Order: sequence, then C-alpha cells, then structure tokens
Amino acid sequence: MSMTILTVDDSRTMRDMLKVALMDAGYRVIQAVDGVHGLEVLEQETPQVIITDINMPKLDGFGFIESVRRDQRYLGIPILVLTTESSPEKKNLARRAGATGWIVKPFDSAKLVDVVRRVAA
Amino acid sequence: MKEVNAVADAPREFIAFRIGVQEFCIDIMSVREIRGWTPATALPHAPSYVRGVINLRGSVLPIVDLAERLGFPPTDASARQVIIVVQVGAQIVGLLVDAVSDILTLTNEKIQPTPEVASAFVKSFVRGMLAIDGRMIGVIELDSIMSTETEAAA
Amino acid sequence: MDTMAAIRETFFQECEEQLGELEVGLTAMDEGAADSETVNAVFRAVHSIKGGAGAFKLDRLVRFAHTFETSLDLIRSEQLATSTTVMRTMLRSADLLADLVKAARSGDSVDETRVDAQIAELKSLSENAKESPTRAAADEAEALDFQPVLLELDDLGPPESQAARYAIKIIPAPDLYRKGNETVRLLRELSRMGEFRVECDARHVPTLDALDPEGAYLAWRVELTTSEDEAAIHELFEFVVDDCELQIVVDRAEPVAAAEASAPVELAPPPPVAVANDVAAAPAAPPPEAAPIAAGESDKARAEPGKPDVSANAPTIRVDLERVDRLINLVGELVINQAMLSQRVLEAGLARSSSVAAGLGALEQLTREIQEGVMAIRAQPVKPLFRRMSRIVRELTDATGKVVRLRTEGEATEVDRTVIERLADPLTHMVRNAVDHGVETPEAREAAGKPAQGEVKLSAAHRSGRIVIEVSDDGAGINRQRVREIAIKKELIAPDAQLSDSEIDNLLFMPGFSTAQTVSNISGRGVGMDVVKRSIQALGGRISISSRPGHGSTFSMSLPLTLAVLDGMVVKVADQTLVVPLTAIVETLRPKRGDVHALGVNARVISDRGGFAPLIDVGQELGYRREAADPVGSVVLVVETEVSTRCALVVDAIHDQRQVVIKSLEANYRQVPGIAAATILGDGRVALILDIDTFVARTNRSAQEPLLAATG
Repeated sequence: MSMTILTVDDSRTMRDMLKVALMDAGYRVIQAVDGVHGLEVLEQETPQVIITDINMPKLDGFGFIESVRRDQRYLGIPILVLTTESSPEKKNLARRAGATGWIVKPFDSAKLVDVVRRVAA
Repeated sequence: MKEVNAVADAPREFIAFRIGVQEFCIDIMSVREIRGWTPATALPHAPSYVRGVINLRGSVLPIVDLAERLGFPPTDASARQVIIVVQVGAQIVGLLVDAVSDILTLTNEKIQPTPEVASAFVKSFVRGMLAIDGRMIGVIELDSIMSTETEAAA
Repeated sequence: MDTMAAIRETFFQECEEQLGELEVGLTAMDEGAADSETVNAVFRAVHSIKGGAGAFKLDRLVRFAHTFETSLDLIRSEQLATSTTVMRTMLRSADLLADLVKAARSGDSVDETRVDAQIAELKSLSENAKESPTRAAADEAEALDFQPVLLELDDLGPPESQAARYAIKIIPAPDLYRKGNETVRLLRELSRMGEFRVECDARHVPTLDALDPEGAYLAWRVELTTSEDEAAIHELFEFVVDDCELQIVVDRAEPVAAAEASAPVELAPPPPVAVANDVAAAPAAPPPEAAPIAAGESDKARAEPGKPDVSANAPTIRVDLERVDRLINLVGELVINQAMLSQRVLEAGLARSSSVAAGLGALEQLTREIQEGVMAIRAQPVKPLFRRMSRIVRELTDATGKVVRLRTEGEATEVDRTVIERLADPLTHMVRNAVDHGVETPEAREAAGKPAQGEVKLSAAHRSGRIVIEVSDDGAGINRQRVREIAIKKELIAPDAQLSDSEIDNLLFMPGFSTAQTVSNISGRGVGMDVVKRSIQALGGRISISSRPGHGSTFSMSLPLTLAVLDGMVVKVADQTLVVPLTAIVETLRPKRGDVHALGVNARVISDRGGFAPLIDVGQELGYRREAADPVGSVVLVVETEVSTRCALVVDAIHDQRQVVIKSLEANYRQVPGIAAATILGDGRVALILDIDTFVARTNRSAQEPLLAATG
C-alpha cells in the first residue's frame, strides 16, 4: 500500500496543488482545512508524513505541530512546513514547534516530492 | 452576388420549397428541421406576417408566414402546410411554406443576380436566382427575415 | 479540463472569496468593530492570494500582494495603528488587489503607475511604523526568489576542482527524533554528497533495563570528501542544528584521530559500522502505527461557484454550473410534461377520484418538490453583489469629495443566480446615483444639521414569494419642483397636470427624462433611471421610488426569486389562454350591474374599495376581439401596478391557479409590449404571460393599435 500524506492548508488552491503533485508521485493524500480539522483527521487515520501550512484560521501551523508532537501516538511522524515566509524567525518558530523540515511556496512539484522522499524513507 | 473564390466554390446544398406557384430555396446549413403545421398562439401587436408562436420541444418558436413576408397574400394556413425550422443568427424561427420540393446541390457560380424587375423589397430577401431544369428558384437570405427595418409597403 | 487549468480556476475562485473576506474584514476594522481574529483573517486573505499567485507565477500580483501583506502584518503585530488614513490606504489597496487578480485572470494589463503609487503609499506607511530592523532585513531578503531549503544534491555535475574533506561529528539529542528527523536520513544525504565513510560510536548505549526508548545514545562520525562547499553541508543540518551536537571541520590532513575540544564524547576508533536501518531503529521512535481506520478522505471541496462555505465541516461538493443549469431546464420540462399528462388523463375521462388521478396528484406534488430542491441549488446570497457596491461607494467617495458610508442588511438573502447576475447593473446605477446625486456635500449636510457622513443603505429580504431590494439614501430627497419643471420642458407632462408627490417622483423613470444636462441641475436622482426600470421589468420585477425632502429617497425593487417559474392565474380571454402573475392580483370579482360605471365616451370604471378602478378589456387591448366584453358576466381581476395604481382587468373566465415554467419570448423573437414571457400549457400549446405594468401603461396611451390579423 502506498504511503499516506496528510496535507493541512486553508487554501483550496494549495490543497489541490499538493494533492496533484503527491498523487502523481504515487502517494495517497488526505486533507484538512486548518489545524483543528487536522487533529480531527489524525484521530481517524495516521499518515506517514504531514505537510502543513502555517497561516490558518482556528489553529495555525505552529499550534498544530505542537499538538501533534505532544501526542504519543504520532511520535516521529515527519512534519513538513509549507509557507511563503522564509524569514529566520519563522524558521526558528517552526523548528521549536517541532517541524521536521521546511518547504517554501511556490514549490516545484519535483522538489516537493523529493523532500517528501527524503523525510519519509 | 457573392464573390467567387476557391472556398465558396465548394458545392452547397439548398432546400427548395414552394410558396404558391413560386419556388425558393435556402441554404441547408440554416435548416434545423422540417415539421408539419401546428396552430400557433397569436402574439399581440406583432406584424401580421408573424403568425404566432408554437412549442418546439420546450422552446417557444415564432412562426413567420414567408408568403406574407415576401409581400404575397397571406397563406391560408392549414394542416397541409409545412414549417421549416431555421436558425437566423442566434434565434430559431419557423417558416410557414406550402410544400418542400427537393434538395439541390450546387456551387455558387450557378447563382445569378436577382433581376432588376423585382422590387427592392423582394431583393432584400431574395439575393440570387437559380435556373435549374427550367425552374426559376429564388435563393433566400434569411438574415433580414426577422428584422423590423424591412417592412412591406402596406 | 487539464488539471492545472482546473486548479488555476480554483485559485481564481478562491481569490474571489478571499477578496470578499478582505473587504468584510477591512470594513469592520475601518468601523472600529474588528477584533484580532478579524485582523488575522485579513492578513491571511492577502497571504493566501500571494501564495497561490506565486504558484502560478503571477509576478505582478505577487509583488503587490507581498507589499500589502507586509503592511497588514505590521497592523497585525500592532506596530501600525489603524487610523483613518491607514485604513483608507488598506481599502484602496484591497481594491487594487482585486483589479490585479482580475487582470491576472483575464490576461489584461494594469496601470503600472497606479500599482507603483499604491506600493509607495504602503511602503511609506510601513516606514512610519515602529522600526523593526530584523523585519526590514527579512523583507529585503525575501525577493522573488523562492527556493526550497533542502538541497538538490543529486545533480552533482562535473566535479569541481576543490574537493575538500570534512570530518563531521553528529551526536543527536532525543529531540531530533521527536521532531521526526532520522539520523540515517541525514547520513544518507551526506553520503550522496561525495565519498563517504561513517563510524558509529555506540559506547554510551546503556543496558536494556536502563534504556529509555526515546533517548538518544549514539554518536556518529563521518568522513566526507565532497566538492560541495561547507555551507551546503551546514544547510543539510539546518533543521537539526538545535537538536544535536554538530561539528563540521574541514580536514585537509589525513584522517583525524582525535576529536575537537568541544565534543564531550571521545571517539576511539571502533570498527566501522555500516549505516544500517536497524541500528538507527533502536533509539529512534517506534514507527508510526498504521491505523487503517476506514474514515475515508476528508476532502473539503466546495459547492458550486459563488456559494460560500457554510462551514468547513459541512460536506460540500463542487458542480459545474452547466450541469446545474441543464438539470433545472430538465426539471422545467418535467413540470410541463407532468401537467400535460394530468390534462390528457382528465380529457380521457378518468374521474378525479380514480386511483390514476390520485397517483397523478402525488406525481405533481413530487415534481414540485424536486423543482424547489433544484432551484435551491442555484440560489445564492446577495452578499457578493452588495460587497461590490461597497467598493463603488468607496471609489465615488474619493471622486466626488462626499463622505458616504454603505450599510447593508439582509446580505444572506438568497435569490436565483440568474436574477443576481442581471441585478448587478441596475443596482450599480442606483448606488452611483445615490452617492452622486442623493447625498449632499459634507458642507451642505452640516448646514442642514445632518452628520457630515451620509449613508446609503442596501437591504434585501424575502417577502411573499419574492425578493425585495431597497436602495435608500439619507440625502436631500427629490427636488419635486425641479423635476416637474424638467418634465414639462421635455413635454413629458402637460403644464397644468395635477400630479401627486408619488407621481412626480416616478417621473424620473420616464424615458427621455434624464439627459446629461439635467444631471448636474437636480439634486434628486436622474441618470438613466428609465433604463434601470426596464432592466428590472425585464426580470419580471417592479421598481418604485419614494422620497422625503431633506431626508432622502428610497428605491424599492420587487423581483421574482427565480426567472424560471412563476405563480400564475390561468385565464381565458376570447378564445386565447393567458397567464396573469399571481403576485400582481389583488382580488377577483364578478361585478354586478351597479358596480360598473361609464366615464366619458369609451371608458368604464368599477367600484373598488371606496374608489374607482379603470376597467380594461384584456381581449380588446390585445387585439383578440374588436368590441369590449361586458364586465357583468365576465370575471374581473383587480391588479396593482408598481406605481400602486389599481386597474380592473376584464377576462372571460378563470381556469385555475398554478405554477408555470417561464419560457422566454426574446430568445427567438423579441420583447412584446404588455407580455412578459410565455409558458407551455398541459395541452402543449404556448400561452402568453401578461406583464401587468407594461400592459396597463400601454392602455393609458390613446390606443389605436391595429387588431391582430386572423390567426392561423
């Protein structure tokens, strides 16, 4: 069975683009529209990789990552942060929150898949 | 008279029909279908050549008495008549005629200019003439059929 | 549709929603009614547009969105206060953003000077905000140069001359694994960079009983010969640099025996241990549990374009508008066919009480429900339309120097999409007029004791099966004296005509009333109101105006909820069947001799609620017969026009009352005065639907219309 990736982003456009790029590479994609929803989806199914946006309503990316990291069930799942901001502060915040890696938008499909492959051997 | 060029010389098909004792034809590309006559619902304040509207599979279609439109006496419509459903621009219209004769295949060069003796009014609808097997068939240009600018002198 | 094209379409649709959110949020902020969540939502809206635009390489849009976003970020972090000037800039920027999105979608160009000017304005605001050097630096750094952070290490290309040897020490802390990183992956990445040798120091691994499964006890030593530069190696560890002890040393000499001072672990040369998955597995976290709960995808796609997300959790689907339109047309056909079937069954002589008739009754009920359900799919709230008006008011405020606020009510009121589309132009017209002509200048308002800021109010509500939309202003109202003068000058009314206030107000709707020269002369409304009225009427709607001098004017429109069906009374006139819209009918009468009175030579009136209503013979007016029928013995329908005048229509008989599917006459023919549209009856024949207002209006002129020719 192919690997499942959870994508969390409040932008439908982004969700669609991620889905297309990841499915083309043979991954199975499940989606959530914000941090709160992402946690709900995780209750139902545990993916092998999580890709999340930072700026989202209800619960932003950092809050989401922190919640995931606190939960024993999801220990060690690689979480990639997807955002347009590449400022050092944001990177530090992501790291401190527990992100595994970082992808800057706009992303190249090939590079996205490459990064996913690297974190999810 | 249309300019004759390589493309225009490709053969076209025309449907010929009879109005009274005269014959006319129209480009088959404009024809959607041919139906028997059905009574039309009258339209108030419409020109008298517009007999009314009928239901064509859910669309409301105006019926034009082509004889009257061309300036002849109005048709005494009955079940013997035929309605040719044509596309004129973005609209679909039904033309009331007496009978459909046949389908002609010919190239543009066969179309001759309308004789001078015809009135300007007729000429606005009949853009050319065909002489075939001793028949004289007027080629009707549909665009002016529904236009209100061309009204016959009462 | 090609996938990328589909996603691009999604992007632009989403932009529309984001722009809507932006407008709502900024307006709230402008009115001081915003909380921090609103500000965040506003920021996110622009951020989202920027993100998607970047993906589609819409550079101009990205550039502006970025500057806009930066300013919003300053507001969000409270480094920039939301003063009136600042909010004006933000709102203007939002308008420009909307234009840029539109241009990006259609491929048109945008006035570059305008964009540059707005960027300059935003930047000057940012500079005046509390200084934040790191932020400024970050902005500079973030040029349009997005690169994923992790390296493309595979394409090494021709070997460079400077291959260097590095000694790398990695001692992961537990946090490294906790964040989902794996040393084995890092080592693998390193191995791709060149010649690679790794040793593992497992000396600190405790016995099993003392082993913390989430601890980290291994240390790694790597020797790497690569032509990549040191920065590249550092970048590889960028994410784990906080979570491990890392040392990267360029080693030009032979293999290093001793480690550098800072490393607490001393590496004796243990036998080289190959990088194996199971070695990494021990201290690493247990693999995530595969929990195949059959929850399925939580795919939050959207309902058809234009319909806002009710909530992120309500399941919605996205449907092609064409499919919905086709479905609605088919259902319309279904209604017609069902009616035809009922008719045929009746004509076949089956009793009304028979089981067949009962079954047909049930069928009719079902068909009606399907129709309502299907129409609801295409129903949309008027909110986006009202939002557009908001922008127009803003632009006019800038252009005219008047200060006007737009208030809206009933934005959630729903109406069929076809109606909304055709409402846009007339509504725009009316709103423009309200600001341009209705509301006075701030000085004039203050002189009149009114607040300097004028208000235009847009409201929508459902009322007895229709939608009522009002555009009102609190301006000076209609200058009736002036209107009357102009009407007389243009020969629209007789100089001595006695008109009520309401009738004077409605003169504005007369064709020929307004021309360019009258625009500046009257303080009421005037530009093209006859066009507006015709547009509304073409929709099957009515429009009226009321005004109070000094207090303002109100346009009131009543529109059908959908252009597709109509509740009507089917009547017989001469030998024709007509449909009269039910909403116009006030009552039906069978007049007695004493109720009918003659007036002058030809006219007749009927007693109606203490007054008199003119009798109009429908059959005669439409040319179905020469002589008017005797009202006594006929049925009279008392109808009310949009100017609230009453008329009594004489028809032969009433068939029944039913909902009919509206068929356009204009599609294949043209507009017929007095007739709104057509429908198809149960017997398959076409019946005309009367347009009360134009029909009655025509009868007021001296009617010498040619009678209908004998029909075929």
